Amino acid sequence: MAAAGAAAESGRSVVLVDRRPHLGGNVWYPVAGGPPVAEAMASLRRLERPNVRVVTGAEVLDHPRASTLLVGAGGTAWETGFGQLVLATGARERFLPFPGWTLPNVTGAGGLQLLAKAGLSMKGRSVVVAGSGPLLLAVAAYLREQGADIRLVAEQSPNWRVWRLAVGLVRERDRLQQALDLRRQLRGVPYRYGCWVVRAEGDGKVEKVVLRSGRREWTEDCDFLACGFHLLPNLELAELLGCRIRAGFVAVDEFQGTSLPGTYAAGEPVGIGGLELARLEGEIAGLAATDQRPRAAALFVERRRLARFRGALDRAFPLNPQLRGMVTPETIVCRCEDVRAEAVASYRSGREARLQTRCGMGRCQGRVCGPATEFLWGWNPRGVRPPIVPATVEQLVLRDLSNEASTAGLER
Amino acid sequence: MGAKLVQVTIDGAPVVVPRGTSVAAALLSTGLSRFRDSVSGTPRGPLCGMGTCFECVVTVDGQAWVRSCLVECVDGLEVETHERAP
Repeated sequence: MAAAGAAAESGRSVVLVDRRPHLGGNVWYPVAGGPPVAEAMASLRRLERPNVRVVTGAEVLDHPRASTLLVGAGGTAWETGFGQLVLATGARERFLPFPGWTLPNVTGAGGLQLLAKAGLSMKGRSVVVAGSGPLLLAVAAYLREQGADIRLVAEQSPNWRVWRLAVGLVRERDRLQQALDLRRQLRGVPYRYGCWVVRAEGDGKVEKVVLRSGRREWTEDCDFLACGFHLLPNLELAELLGCRIRAGFVAVDEFQGTSLPGTYAAGEPVGIGGLELARLEGEIAGLAATDQRPRAAALFVERRRLARFRGALDRAFPLNPQLRGMVTPETIVCRCEDVRAEAVASYRSGREARLQTRCGMGRCQGRVCGPATEFLWGWNPRGVRPPIVPATVEQLVLRDLSNEASTAGLER
Repeated sequence: MGAKLVQVTIDGAPVVVPRGTSVAAALLSTGLSRFRDSVSGTPRGPLCGMGTCFECVVTVDGQAWVRSCLVECVDGLEVETHERAP
């Protein structure tokens, strides 16, 4: 939104493609049937210009040739040409396998919050929130506000790391205040460090969760287990285009430019840093992409300030190697193809496992099991093939027809 | 309050939900948590809530493999659960 708004001020034609039915991303997404969130209003209003076209409920499927994207929505697809491109593909949660993680009502942490925002009533529902990262607190506070009974927040990272983050935030009062506010909203809810889910159990859906902290193991009854291990960048489109990836993120220059000319990236694909940083990077990318570089450069100082938080987060929430112990031989690792740990653990690479067992070959295209097998066995999760989202035959035929048309044009 | 209601059909039964409710949230709200069966026949429901994991796919108005977390309920929408993977 920030990139499109900034780019629109150049007067150029801007197309904004968003996967969900409304704009706002995961943080500013409106509550079901409700108005846009107040904080998003200014950004939305900025897009109300004749040179901006907003396309919601649509996704990029492919990059059939230079300066062209194949965009799909609801069973149809069309090509969109572009001069400059800003990738703001956001982040998803990291999921790690444990026995019972495929049971219904075991969701992501942010996943359950999104479902609640989308209209699922949390009133009287008991919830265990588990995993890692600052999102856990925000999710627990939100769900509690919606009437959920939060049994426990289980953070896998040990307390000294999280406290060190808090100390590091002293210079950034807003963020520290946010964290303290969340803790206040969660008064009475146990928040345990160095604690994680060993397994989820239930008949047809989750009914109880076994947790471990140190040597102690105990059971909590719950209607939902909301479990996610911090965030991962959505890199599929950047990879498809061929942008250089460095240490798990899209490599960018000071103007948010990727290794490809005319292609920019902003927000979580560049580094997990939260809403404010993502907005500022989007602004810089949108300005830089539309010959407004002096205005973009004026924002560098502010970006440097916000980016300090980025490294601090990574240091506070590294995954404890003991989490690998959650996986038993029978644990499903690839949820799309129901591939169990015992079937793949002996392979040396994800590629080998894929060829032999279909691990990572399902509809999510390894978005869930890729990061999991990277953590469990060190397999490289990179490597995408078009279409980067499952497409219907009709959508791909549309692509092929337009390819033929362009080839025919060249021959003439 | 003034939330507008819409009626959808879930596995043949009429269900009334506030407009703007996602199909995934509507299914869960009726107490249904088994959206589909996996390739080996285990029950599955929503995981990521944002269109990434494809666990919550159902048939919507005859279109198979629709991520129910990405679609909003409108009047007359027909949803069928329990798809099996091919």
